[in-house]
Amino acid sequence: MGTQKTAPQTPAEARITAEFLGARMTLPGTAAIGDLRDAAFEFFMESGLPTRRLEAWHYTDLRQSMREALPIAIAPAATAILGLGARLETLVPRIEGLDTIRVVVVDGHFIPGLSDVARLPQGVSLCSLSDALGTGDPALVAALCAGGQGVGDSALALNTAFMQGGIVLDVAADTDVGVPVEILSLCSGAQAQAVYGRSLVRLGAGARLTLIEADGMEDLRVEQRNCALVVEVGDGAAMEHVFIPAQLAAGSSQVAHLLCTLGAHAHFNSFTLARGGGLMRRQAFVRFEGEFANAQLAGASLLKGHDHFDTTLVVQHVAPNCVSREYFKFVLDGEATGVFQGKVSVAPGAQKTDGAMKSMAILLEDGASMNNKPELEIFADDVVCGHGATVAQLDEEQIFYAQARGLPRSEAESMLLEAFVDEATDRVENETLRETLTARIAAWLVARRG
Amino acid sequence: MLEIRNLHAEIDGKKILNGLTLTVNDGEVAAIMGPNGSGKSTLSYVISGRAGYEVTDGEVLLDGVNLLELDAAERAAKGVFLAFQYPLEIPGVTTMTFLKACMNAQRKARGEAELSTPDFMKRVRAGADKLGVAQDMLRRALNVGFSGGEKKRMEILQMSLLEPTFAILDETDSGLDIDALRIVSEGVNALRDPKRGFLVITHYQRLLDYIVPDTVHVMSKGRIVKTGGKDLALELEQNGYRDYVGEAA
Repeated sequence: MGTQKTAPQTPAEARITAEFLGARMTLPGTAAIGDLRDAAFEFFMESGLPTRRLEAWHYTDLRQSMREALPIAIAPAATAILGLGARLETLVPRIEGLDTIRVVVVDGHFIPGLSDVARLPQGVSLCSLSDALGTGDPALVAALCAGGQGVGDSALALNTAFMQGGIVLDVAADTDVGVPVEILSLCSGAQAQAVYGRSLVRLGAGARLTLIEADGMEDLRVEQRNCALVVEVGDGAAMEHVFIPAQLAAGSSQVAHLLCTLGAHAHFNSFTLARGGGLMRRQAFVRFEGEFANAQLAGASLLKGHDHFDTTLVVQHVAPNCVSREYFKFVLDGEATGVFQGKVSVAPGAQKTDGAMKSMAILLEDGASMNNKPELEIFADDVVCGHGATVAQLDEEQIFYAQARGLPRSEAESMLLEAFVDEATDRVENETLRETLTARIAAWLVARRG
Repeated sequence: MLEIRNLHAEIDGKKILNGLTLTVNDGEVAAIMGPNGSGKSTLSYVISGRAGYEVTDGEVLLDGVNLLELDAAERAAKGVFLAFQYPLEIPGVTTMTFLKACMNAQRKARGEAELSTPDFMKRVRAGADKLGVAQDMLRRALNVGFSGGEKKRMEILQMSLLEPTFAILDETDSGLDIDALRIVSEGVNALRDPKRGFLVITHYQRLLDYIVPDTVHVMSKGRIVKTGGKDLALELEQNGYRDYVGEAA
């Protein structure tokens, strides 16, 4: 990734610089964290916001689309928190049939008072990112950097520079967190703002966790969000992760980073349900560091209007005998744009790697577009790796068949689209979560019909 | 009663139906026979409302309602059923889900209440038993991995559940062995009803041994060129279409 910077700063970049200078002294952390922030920001200054000139950002030009930068979110006022607390259950209804331990983040800041802290089982510890940064623990700093994954990405550098809040969740070895943990991101007010969150989830050897990241607000708001989730899945540990990003208002931008490292015999299964809302980029970096681990990244992306959604994956097989699966479905209506970039790289020595990557898109309108760029980079000779990408339209024969049986066209389309997307949703292991996702997909399809 | 008057239709500018006139009364089983390319399948698509066909003249009335003004789903709700020559596979949609969605969509269009799940299950089970459709098939994705015979039986099961007033069987015999042909025909015969008309499209007389028609029509170059009783089918079997193809020219 190039770091050449010739163009002058855009107004948004200038504003971000001013925000950083203004907030730098109040951002949490020790001097060592401050150094990390400064180094990251220096990199941002050199490279600017990502542009299409960078191969990794070829289809999502953040520099071009981010006309202005919003002010960085400040810690929410106590009264706002109280107000949210009173409305929490109605604001974010519980997932039907699924008991969860809720962890609430407001404007990017962890709010213990609204969270089910007392319900965390033994072996699970939870603290705010700012408290953790205040300790300056070198192991924590190293963990937050995820072994250097994503280095050279200026959007991630921006997150490192600004990381203002989030949580650190540690699951001790052999602890099975039977109840899923649900991280809810809420917004305290109407002010358009930029939120930089980073959360760290570490599973000790043999630990088990289901983590849901969901957004409370169903109403659309303008926001610039740049958030990261760093996950360490220890040896023999297993984690299921479901991410339901916010549907932000048009004009918003959202970059959601996932940085994951897996130990030996570890299992990681992550699913993202994207339903559009402005410009969004999901970028996941996954690295296999121990043998016999397996990871699956899957997703369903439902886009309409002028939604732009980019899924970019970098999967690195460093250790041998690991299995990776990537499986993504896109439904694109209106003038929406979908992007799938998947890069699976197999290091020398990562023999017996088994990798399979698939991206499938259905375009519903002429104005919709899909960009697929799967890549394999293999330096070991005894591997099985493959990828496939398809872009298609709904099958008119199937639609007529359903119509001839009495289904109105719009319902026939929904039925076929639901079946198409279900193949991705089916990869979610938790049955209740899967049903919830299916219901939300159905709701999106009904809303599309108008 | 289905009345087709002077129907002209084309696809991509190519004329397929050339002034076709045909009446099928309630309770009547009418067979349409004709050589390849005579427009038999086009006729079934134009009646059922498939997109891509342009009707340039004429009308199609079912019980006095002009079908040409309705889309395919609305025609189905009015009682038109087309049993496909090649039933489509619908991956990811179980047969049960599809059946229920279709039955309820038609009921909704007619202003009727949705079927309760137990009522729906009861109907499907009863219908499936009659046609020898295994319960296991109902839980699988519609037509996916079904044999030719299973697909045709599924068509007849759908017909029995949707209770159309006018059913078109488009070369239902194609791809069937003798046993499957018998089962499918028995299914169709069980649905013969004084209030229900049938249009049976076939190449061969064989199907008509099982589904005995009241009338037989010969189609050539987009028109009906000869109408007779069931004996006409036997005559065609012996002499072929050559005596009739010329008449339309």
